[in-house]
Amino acid sequence: MDPIALEIRNLRVYYDDFLAIKDVNLSIPKNQITAIIGPSGVGKSTLLRAMNRMNELVPGCRTEGEIFFDGVNIYDPKVDPVEVRRRIGMVFQKPNPFPKSIYENVAWGLRINGFRGSRSQMDEMVEQALRAAALWDEVKDKLHQSGLSLSGGQQQRLCIARAVALQPEIILLDEPASALDPIATLKIEELMRELKKDYTLVIVTHNMQQAARVSDYTAMMMLTSQGERSGTVIEFDRTKTIFTNPRDKRTEDYVTGRFG
Amino acid sequence: MQALPSRLSLLRRRRAEERAVKAVLLLFAMVSTLTTLGIIYVLFQETALFFREVSFAQFFLDTRWTPLFLSQRFGIWPLVNGTVLVAALAMVVALPLGLLAAIFMSEFASEKVRRILKPFLEILAGIPTVVYGYFALTFITPLLRSIFPQTQVFNAASAAIAMGFMILPTVASLSEDALYAVPRSLREAAYALGATRWEVATQVVVPAALSGIAAAFILAVSRAVGETMIVAIAAGQQPKLTLNPLESIETMTAYIVQVSLGDTPHQSLAYMTIFAVGMMLFLMTLGMNVASYMLTQRYREVYE
Repeated sequence: MDPIALEIRNLRVYYDDFLAIKDVNLSIPKNQITAIIGPSGVGKSTLLRAMNRMNELVPGCRTEGEIFFDGVNIYDPKVDPVEVRRRIGMVFQKPNPFPKSIYENVAWGLRINGFRGSRSQMDEMVEQALRAAALWDEVKDKLHQSGLSLSGGQQQRLCIARAVALQPEIILLDEPASALDPIATLKIEELMRELKKDYTLVIVTHNMQQAARVSDYTAMMMLTSQGERSGTVIEFDRTKTIFTNPRDKRTEDYVTGRFG
Repeated sequence: MQALPSRLSLLRRRRAEERAVKAVLLLFAMVSTLTTLGIIYVLFQETALFFREVSFAQFFLDTRWTPLFLSQRFGIWPLVNGTVLVAALAMVVALPLGLLAAIFMSEFASEKVRRILKPFLEILAGIPTVVYGYFALTFITPLLRSIFPQTQVFNAASAAIAMGFMILPTVASLSEDALYAVPRSLREAAYALGATRWEVATQVVVPAALSGIAAAFILAVSRAVGETMIVAIAAGQQPKLTLNPLESIETMTAYIVQVSLGDTPHQSLAYMTIFAVGMMLFLMTLGMNVASYMLTQRYREVYE
């Protein structure tokens, strides 16, 4: 097993009285791509959003349990969620660049996090981030155009660049390619493989081929039992194992397409 | 075979019905449009009569407005100055307060608080302006005089402050609509980068809603410019080219009230001035409403 980036223990997330995910225990390996798969409504996004405390922006959402990151429980009352989110970045399902210029989209995160360097240092960091997101060549001549002028796939890579610019340790991706066409999807997947050299990636996906193609590890989520609506992780292993030799019958049914 | 002709006649009858309904509805729609056009027509006609007696140069190049005196002067600027001074000061009060209130409601208040505050704010907009006028005269003016003893009894500042509170709900409510319309995904993007609530509100949500806020602002200015009762009660009747808000001034609207309620003979030149002033006022508010409309259109384009 690889070194651990994020250690989730007995995680439960409620929306008001509704228990959305239940007793999740999961260790996210460092510098690997971990996919979270499972049927719709099972709490994949909720689990992902628990990892950088995005859930608490939803009114009525409550989290129990612990998530250890860098030796600290991020749900400890002394921990500032703003700091957590700076170090654990996120890319969303629908590309959501700010209605600012391409340059500003990347620079803004740096600036609010206390970047006080010179203009040329900032230029350099923006370029670096855009290069890391494989977008630089396409936008280098129009950095001051609106981020919204880009295509969907480019917008999503801009969002990745924006996250990468802060040099987080982990990047969470919530179905990052589901709104994109196949070619743009392929580019994002390539990019993810590139990014794992420097970052730990966790991706939620509906698309099992995608999980099989890009991830090193896979967490399979299911509802805990019939009638109950809470989801949990029923199996976690190397992606190869999950797809070829799963332990759980439900995983096998799901990945072979017999269910879900 | 027999059903066909009867169905055809049915169709014809339905069409006739639809035409009739359409015609009636059109008529009602025309009533409001025609009324507006009629008002504009009269305004133009009377203004034309006025400018037959008084030249544009006298109107736009003179700096004194004394049509009611023996030595008549027709320089519009003192009245425009009074109007702009009061409206600008009112915006100084209404814009920051309104914007902060909007930010609070949209970004900080819980859904429950928001649902109580917003209707309350909208009710506040329904207070008759005459109440604000007396509030200015009997409360704000004495307060100002206790701080600045040189304040005149009727003054621009007092009317402007009351007017600021009068248009505050408009600014707050419309700005809040604009802020609230900013997609959730933008806020999430900002939070995910480690932004604080304040940073998200001021650096992401407000800029994204800027054209909507600007539209609210312009609409509020045009209300301030056209507001009559408060200034007629509290701002005075002295057309003056001054930027000192503690002095007595006169706005365009207050002048029109003064003449229409006074004993100026109806066919006199002095009386006709109110149409010229009214035209000026109309053009100012029209310009601002058009600008506001255009901004709102632009801001709709962004999200749809």
